[in-house]
Amino acid sequence: MCLAIPGRVESIEEASPLERFGRVSFGGIAKQVNLAFVPEAGVGDYVLVHVGVAISVVDETEANRVFEYIAQMEELTELGGSP
Amino acid sequence: MNNFHCPFPYTATDFVQLSHGGSGRIAQRLLDAVFRPILGNPLLDLKHDSAILAIPGGRIAITTDAFVVHPWRFPGGNIGSLAVHGTVNDLAMSGARPVAISLAFVIEEGFAISALAEIAQSIRESVDRASVYVGAADTKVVERGKGDGIYISAAGVGEVVAVNPILPTSVTEGDAILLSGDVGRHGAAVMTVRDGLEVDPPIESDSAAVHEPVLAMLEAGIDIHCLRDVTRGGLATVLNEIATDGSAPIRIDEDKIPVREDVTAVCEILGLDPLYVACEGRFVAFVPADQAERALEVMRQFDVAKGAVRIGIAEGTKGRVEMKGRIGVLRILDLLSGEQLPRIC
Amino acid sequence: MRFLDEYRDADLALRYADAIRAATTKPWTIMEICGGQTHSIVRFGIDELLPSEIQLVHGPGCPVCVTPVRLIDQAIHIAKTPGCVLCSFGDMLRVPGSETDLLQAKAQGADVRSVYSPLDAVRIAEAEPDRTVVFFAVGFETTAPANGLAVKTAAAKGLENFSVLVAHVLVPPAMEAILGSPDNRVQGFLAAGHVCAVMGVREYEPLAAKYRVPIVISGFEPADLLQGVLMCVKQLEEGRFEVENPYSRMVQSDGNLAAKALIEEVFEVTDREWRGIGSIPASGLCLRESYRAYNASLLFDAPILANEKEQQCRAAQVLQGRLEPRDCPAFGVLCTPESPLGAPMVSSEGACAAYYRYRSLNAPRPHLPAPGGSASPLAGEGKPASADEPTPSKAVGI
Repeated sequence: MCLAIPGRVESIEEASPLERFGRVSFGGIAKQVNLAFVPEAGVGDYVLVHVGVAISVVDETEANRVFEYIAQMEELTELGGSP
Repeated sequence: MNNFHCPFPYTATDFVQLSHGGSGRIAQRLLDAVFRPILGNPLLDLKHDSAILAIPGGRIAITTDAFVVHPWRFPGGNIGSLAVHGTVNDLAMSGARPVAISLAFVIEEGFAISALAEIAQSIRESVDRASVYVGAADTKVVERGKGDGIYISAAGVGEVVAVNPILPTSVTEGDAILLSGDVGRHGAAVMTVRDGLEVDPPIESDSAAVHEPVLAMLEAGIDIHCLRDVTRGGLATVLNEIATDGSAPIRIDEDKIPVREDVTAVCEILGLDPLYVACEGRFVAFVPADQAERALEVMRQFDVAKGAVRIGIAEGTKGRVEMKGRIGVLRILDLLSGEQLPRIC
Repeated sequence: MRFLDEYRDADLALRYADAIRAATTKPWTIMEICGGQTHSIVRFGIDELLPSEIQLVHGPGCPVCVTPVRLIDQAIHIAKTPGCVLCSFGDMLRVPGSETDLLQAKAQGADVRSVYSPLDAVRIAEAEPDRTVVFFAVGFETTAPANGLAVKTAAAKGLENFSVLVAHVLVPPAMEAILGSPDNRVQGFLAAGHVCAVMGVREYEPLAAKYRVPIVISGFEPADLLQGVLMCVKQLEEGRFEVENPYSRMVQSDGNLAAKALIEEVFEVTDREWRGIGSIPASGLCLRESYRAYNASLLFDAPILANEKEQQCRAAQVLQGRLEPRDCPAFGVLCTPESPLGAPMVSSEGACAAYYRYRSLNAPRPHLPAPGGSASPLAGEGKPASADEPTPSKAVGI
């Protein structure tokens, strides 16, 4: 679970640690999102948002893993490696 | 309408009262103060029980619909413009040139008169743009709590221009399926306002009259087999209705269906499928395959259909809508039961 | 949308499907426990891309479906109480209680409001101090931080008119219950990526070791799910049983520490009844004693209504992956979304509803099985084998 969407932090306002809100944009629209659980997130970062609350910061260095892995598998298969 | 001054003697009548809906003088005053100045035209000003129209062609199309959208105002329109566009579009879908519409307002006691004036103004602008008359209008007022602010019941008459019947049963195997533009805007606009999903910039409804591209296609000699405007329930619902009513086979390609990025984003956030989200200014057209390109050319000349594309073909199993999904798997696109609800999971 | 669309690429999905086919030499049964993953699999037709040896089964991953009936009854009771506002996520509104559902209660005048976020419910409580606002806090661990934050925010603001009806459920105990049952057929798991974004992956390590099952933390887009399946299949073929996390762009091994800390502060683990399955020990969350003032279960009565009348519904088997929705005799006949026998057909996340809505056509598969045949005892489920085929877009002829 569950339905969570990545969005980009455009700006941050912090009234208190619990009330740390960011303006997060998703494909052209922006929404106010609570950032209390991602204190390390800054403007420009992408966060994973579930029911109006960010639960994770997107690790962009890992974002290509799904592309790299299949490329590796295909290479192995070509080289006659174990399937 | 910020500087609209109600000419009533009482300052308390900033809001609609029960007596406005009756037959007495106060009711007349509501009509005289709000509706007549804004909606007035030679037909209405006759103040007769009905309006007489001259329709040369000999075949008349008639349609009716009730508009109960809540909230009454949404980005891109309000219940008034919606009522006009919806009625005009229904006439166009039968291949008819819209001529006149009638409007019956059921207003809840306590509804702001300034809101009423705003709605009337919006109706005026919409009918003028669509070149139709408001032939008749009526108002009733119900007790507080018995209405949702305002309901509008609209009927329309038009002159049938199409030569052949434009019906689901006229769909022929092999017909190209065209869609006049991107989908899901109206539903997304209303949902963001209603369910408190404030997004910035707000998503605007696509509510619009679509009769012009339809009439232009007919004029260009396109042999349109079927038309249907996409409204509540979205594209998937309309296609299912055609498939069922016309016992027609329908197969579409999800990749070809245009959805704007902001609508996609709202749907992703709420876990909704844009194919089931309402539109109010879009239609599908079934035309012979060899006329598809020409039909699209004609449609795209009009702002309201400039994004027209071909999305599929009348092929497959009769009575069923099939869709090739984004990663290539073919599946049935069925009707939803009830309304789509936002998911958390 | 960035970090979303890229993973829906058709070519990428088909390359994974090919790799899975190449890697599979034996039949395997893999389970996912996440309504969102179920939805995605059925919507995109991901299971149709898999070789017939791979059976993908759906577990009890829909928190809406497994919410106990008595809590729904209590929510409806609260909604009908004068002066109360019952706030809920949209997909809870149509799930049947013993007698009715929240949507029908709303139609009859109860103040039921669908909200996007639990924080919206807190805002309503602030804006309407003369109303008693109760939020129906359902969900797996993914939603617990948000629900807990709502409680803490209400406490920080000193709101006296806000409380939550907690119906949280936890994933690892459900997995253990499934793995520990004597006739378990599940050999590998796709773990719910967003649950793990909050909780991390550590709690799955003892499960993998004890039951010797591979557990692969998977995302929700076609490429993510297929990568999860591929890695799971490879582990099974190689006899490994580890926890692997390819969804590392969203999930860190230790999860979200701030979120976990808040869950720990506001909630405690409790036994929980899972609708259609029964009671699973230590599988739910409830509010801690220190937050008693916000606990709607204590503040309101719980009506005792007639027992569940769902004898015909085989939710238990569906939710445990023992019965595929389409194999249920009632599916589509006695049981449809308009007249459901049980929760999995009502909730838009339920496995039965997902299958009903996204029924595939068993259209010709886009790729051949490996030449030379990986003919397995489980092949021949009725999926047509066809001669050399063009790519899907040409096969459909649009």
